[in-house]
Amino acid sequence: MLVSDASLDLEPGATTILIGPNGAGKSTLLKLLTGELAPAAGSVHCADEALGTVPAWRLACLRAVMAQHSRLAFPFSVYEVARLGVDGIGRALTRQRREAIVAEALAAAGVLDLAGRRYQTLSGGEQQRVQFARVLCQLEAGRSVAERQVLFLDEPIASLDLCHQLALLDMARSIAGRGVAVLIVLHDLNLAVTYADHLVVMDRGRIIAQGPPAETLDHALLQQVFRVGLSLSRAPAPGLPFLLPQQHRRAPSA
Amino acid sequence: MTLAARMPAMAASPLSGLVAGRRRIGLVALAGLSIACLLLAVVAIGQGAIAISPGRVTAILWARLAGDATVFEGRDALVVLNIRLPRVLLGLLVGAGLAVSGALMQGLFRNPLADPGLVGVSAGAGLAAAATIVLGDRFLAGTLMKLPFAALPFGAFCGGLVSTLVLYLIATREGRTSVATMLLAGVALGALSGALTGLLAYLSDDRQLRDLTFWSLGSLGGASWSKLSAVAPIILPLLLAMPLLARGLNGLMLGEAEAYHLGIPVQRIKALAILLVALAVGASVASAGLIGFIGIVVPHLIRLSVGPDHRLLLPLSALGGAILLVAADIVARLIVAPAELPIGIVTAAIGAPFFLWLLLRRSVSIDV
Repeated sequence: MLVSDASLDLEPGATTILIGPNGAGKSTLLKLLTGELAPAAGSVHCADEALGTVPAWRLACLRAVMAQHSRLAFPFSVYEVARLGVDGIGRALTRQRREAIVAEALAAAGVLDLAGRRYQTLSGGEQQRVQFARVLCQLEAGRSVAERQVLFLDEPIASLDLCHQLALLDMARSIAGRGVAVLIVLHDLNLAVTYADHLVVMDRGRIIAQGPPAETLDHALLQQVFRVGLSLSRAPAPGLPFLLPQQHRRAPSA
Repeated sequence: MTLAARMPAMAASPLSGLVAGRRRIGLVALAGLSIACLLLAVVAIGQGAIAISPGRVTAILWARLAGDATVFEGRDALVVLNIRLPRVLLGLLVGAGLAVSGALMQGLFRNPLADPGLVGVSAGAGLAAAATIVLGDRFLAGTLMKLPFAALPFGAFCGGLVSTLVLYLIATREGRTSVATMLLAGVALGALSGALTGLLAYLSDDRQLRDLTFWSLGSLGGASWSKLSAVAPIILPLLLAMPLLARGLNGLMLGEAEAYHLGIPVQRIKALAILLVALAVGASVASAGLIGFIGIVVPHLIRLSVGPDHRLLLPLSALGGAILLVAADIVARLIVAPAELPIGIVTAAIGAPFFLWLLLRRSVSIDV
């Protein structure tokens, strides 16, 4: 997927949520931001450093990434998977400290009781929470090196039940509250508007709208981007947009 | 409640039992295999046409280490120091090299079936060796063929290196090595090498065919100090680099993108591992012929017993491979004494049924 005209600031302490239809270029944009791909034109900076010039281990201290799917090749235990987060960049820490980081992250992701289990025997949702624990480990280990950090979550709640969806998003927001810039790719529009400080809408490789969720989303934009009938209303209490999908039908192509 | 806020309150980690248990298993396995390896080496040195007791072997080795010159005079001492010791050391080195190469390839390809044999490195080395045997008389009739013991290892070594480089060039685009492409290309290159080796066998005369057959079944028979000193500097870097590669390989288990996100220099790890494996396999094939099965069986066994963490898997594989090859060499020397069975037959004949038994014994299937 080609991404162009994408200008985006991730502010420390803010939760940015990226939405858009399949194939809109969300994952490609994420790869550019995480340094996995180098942009053909333009640049990505993290705390005034151009991403291309930062060595891999230092980059790992600056940002942690939770990918959409992580398949493991060999029967690692849950503990070993989470520990990968501190193995790479936490070498300066004591063994006790590393162990404590892993234990705390597993507890925070609600999978501490699974620590001895084989990763492959877990359900999809449990695996996703273990990956989240690994990312938490990396953030915590990197914190001793980097003051400003970024957390990238690519569809982190895709296989979670409602309770764990909210728990993970709450956790992400509390991490942002610590001064970390958080970017989440989400498909659930209602959760996106509920949790976003800053909402970014992508379509066909371009960022077509961004800003506070209440001001960014409107009926025409959603109709154009997602190409389905949607009824958008304002929920009374917080005044946030509330979206109810209508019967699926293709809107006339714009 | 944030992650940071809860952290200092944590006194004893709830994981410490689990972690300590795993560390203990690892240390016990390391110590156990090291001792087994040492004992087996002493026994192996005593076996053969002239039987020497393990006590006598130990005494001779001790005297040699202590710098006692009189030790060279006895017949037993000559056998031990000039014939058996280099043979056992070569077996330990080649066995360790093959097993670690297998473990590295499996980690790199994220596939428990990967093996230097599978990606065509061994086949390339074999083809070059076959070419040396069959065509050497005709085309290499210069100085090189006056040293038949040098031409064959050198050929095999070059073959292994060339096939690895070709593989690497095919699979690398714009500085990124695609592991899937490399695996598939390796299978194709292996098939090609196999076909060409078959063609050479077809062209060869009776004597060459016999040479070819015996060499392709593997043997530690030609071991000598000079051979050992040529092979050791090529296989040892692989064994010394194990701690350097282990953490990176663990990260690679999640995938290359995730490994990069974790701060692992993925391209450097891949290039280093491939180079070291090519060197070690080339040197192994060159010095001991084609010995199959160690690269797959040993790492798999270790994974079944202590888990897939490469920080344990790699050193334990080295010890396990060394033990398996030296044990197979004892069997090869004893079973049809005073003649000798090719060692490749023994490793496969012991390894394959054992491996099948392990697979059948497991209650759960292995997910690849």
